[in-house]
Amino acid sequence: MSTINSGLAAGIVQTAYILVAALFIMGLKRMSSPSTARGGILWAGMGMVIATLVTYLLGDFNLNLALVIVATAIGGGFAWWTGKRVAMTDMPQMIALYNGMGGGAAAAIAAVELYRGPTESPVFGSLAVLGGLIGAVSFSGSGIAFGKLQGLIKKSFRFGGQQFVNMLILAIAVILGVLLATGINTSAPVVTGFFVLALVLGVTMTLPIGGADMPVVISLYNALTGLAVAFEGFVLQNAAMIIAGMVVGSAGTLLTQLMAKAMNRSLGNVLFSGFGDTAGAATGTVSGSMKSIEASDAGVMMAYAQKVIIVPGYGMAVGQAQHKVWELAQLLQNNSVTVKFAIHPVAGRMPGHMNVLLAEAGVPYDIISDLEEINAEFETADVALIIGANDVVNPVARNDKSSPIYGMPILNADKAKNVIVIKRGQGQGFSGIENALFFLDNTRMLYGDAQGAVNQLIQAVKSSG
Amino acid sequence: MNGVIAIYIFMLAAFTGYEVISRVPVILHTPLMSGSNFVHGIVLVGAMVALFNAHGLLELSIGFVGVILAAGNAVGGYVVTERMLEMFKSSNKKAPAGGHH
Repeated sequence: MSTINSGLAAGIVQTAYILVAALFIMGLKRMSSPSTARGGILWAGMGMVIATLVTYLLGDFNLNLALVIVATAIGGGFAWWTGKRVAMTDMPQMIALYNGMGGGAAAAIAAVELYRGPTESPVFGSLAVLGGLIGAVSFSGSGIAFGKLQGLIKKSFRFGGQQFVNMLILAIAVILGVLLATGINTSAPVVTGFFVLALVLGVTMTLPIGGADMPVVISLYNALTGLAVAFEGFVLQNAAMIIAGMVVGSAGTLLTQLMAKAMNRSLGNVLFSGFGDTAGAATGTVSGSMKSIEASDAGVMMAYAQKVIIVPGYGMAVGQAQHKVWELAQLLQNNSVTVKFAIHPVAGRMPGHMNVLLAEAGVPYDIISDLEEINAEFETADVALIIGANDVVNPVARNDKSSPIYGMPILNADKAKNVIVIKRGQGQGFSGIENALFFLDNTRMLYGDAQGAVNQLIQAVKSSG
Repeated sequence: MNGVIAIYIFMLAAFTGYEVISRVPVILHTPLMSGSNFVHGIVLVGAMVALFNAHGLLELSIGFVGVILAAGNAVGGYVVTERMLEMFKSSNKKAPAGGHH
């Protein structure tokens, strides 16, 4: 059958997969520290190359082998081309896209098995069906998540009884799945119906979810794809797929929980209620007025400060201001000002996204602190500079029970001696909630786009020295 | 492999994933999600096997699409993760000379 003795080939492949699984796990482990993280992805990458190459031993010299080579080149080429070009700000949706492709591949494996006819046993059938369902949902759901973050889909579609419709689609898909898994009816129309329903479910589940919750959803679909891969791995009796898929399934689930917790949202809440529904509440509790400041005065204030804490938000990234912000920080450092960056877990579009954007500008990771490390330090800071961040510094989250963001951990920027907020205009944040920080006595508003305002600050610091 | 062994593998791999991730600092969450996204790109080997064993136009077509999608997952996941992690550096040591893309 095979290009070389098929028993020997299978033996080589099985042995190589053990090495591959080890490389994946050690690679993920190395990714747990900034200093070894780069090596981690290289190890995992090596594992993938080995896995792919040895798997070619299982093919014959026929049309199928040619198709595999062509398909690998098309998919790999597309991903290489897009992955090299994507801007760091657009990373979350690209992760969603590539993840969705993985889910689709798992569903495709299930589809090939199921169209072939009854599976070996109900156990194989059940796992093939389950992996197919999860993979297909992850595929279409991730596609919608990509569309939303990319700005292709602007609206959140909600209608009464949406949950009921979703449950109905799921129920019918499960019934068809049971027919397939048990071998009662494995005809092509049933298989087709099953996959169509699963794809529709991914769409209807994801459409109502607001943009702010998308990171949690992407993370969830990442975990689901892992599970789908593990289940299809069992169907194919492929240990590398089972191990790698399951590791991602559990790691992704943990990551999803961490993200949801950082946003003060439960997973159920994200999936079954739209964030937009609560917007507009709690606007009456904010009192006082916003006071503006000129860039020249703000620059002098920072140049003569002992310690400045910069709080960047997604607004900074949208304005592509991270390079200018790092230039400003270096100027201040030269004036012997201690500069630190404070990152909220959900700054940017997913946890850690802001760190990536700052790293891109060249900010070393050891002056970047997360919420728990930095919150006690705001009291000793002369200036907290807020650039394009809003909800994550809103003190309302601490004390206003009626606010939708009540209970969300925030950066204590309001505790700094002076707070300077760079903001485009007087509008509200992503969630549409009024920010009490902007109205405090020690807060000054510096109006302008992030890039321009930071540029003015740089000039001001330069001329003050 | 029989069912019981498979359940052991499922269980141990689940614990492994949980343990490995639980020590990751928040600053690496995005690259890590991307990295784990890359790891399930191993679905590529499954899609390859499915296409190797496919017969008839329907199976061949689905298998072909499956390999395209899986290769996209693996390659895309690797490229973006590597790009992100390449940028992380400490202020204590000099960055390796120049980006090159």
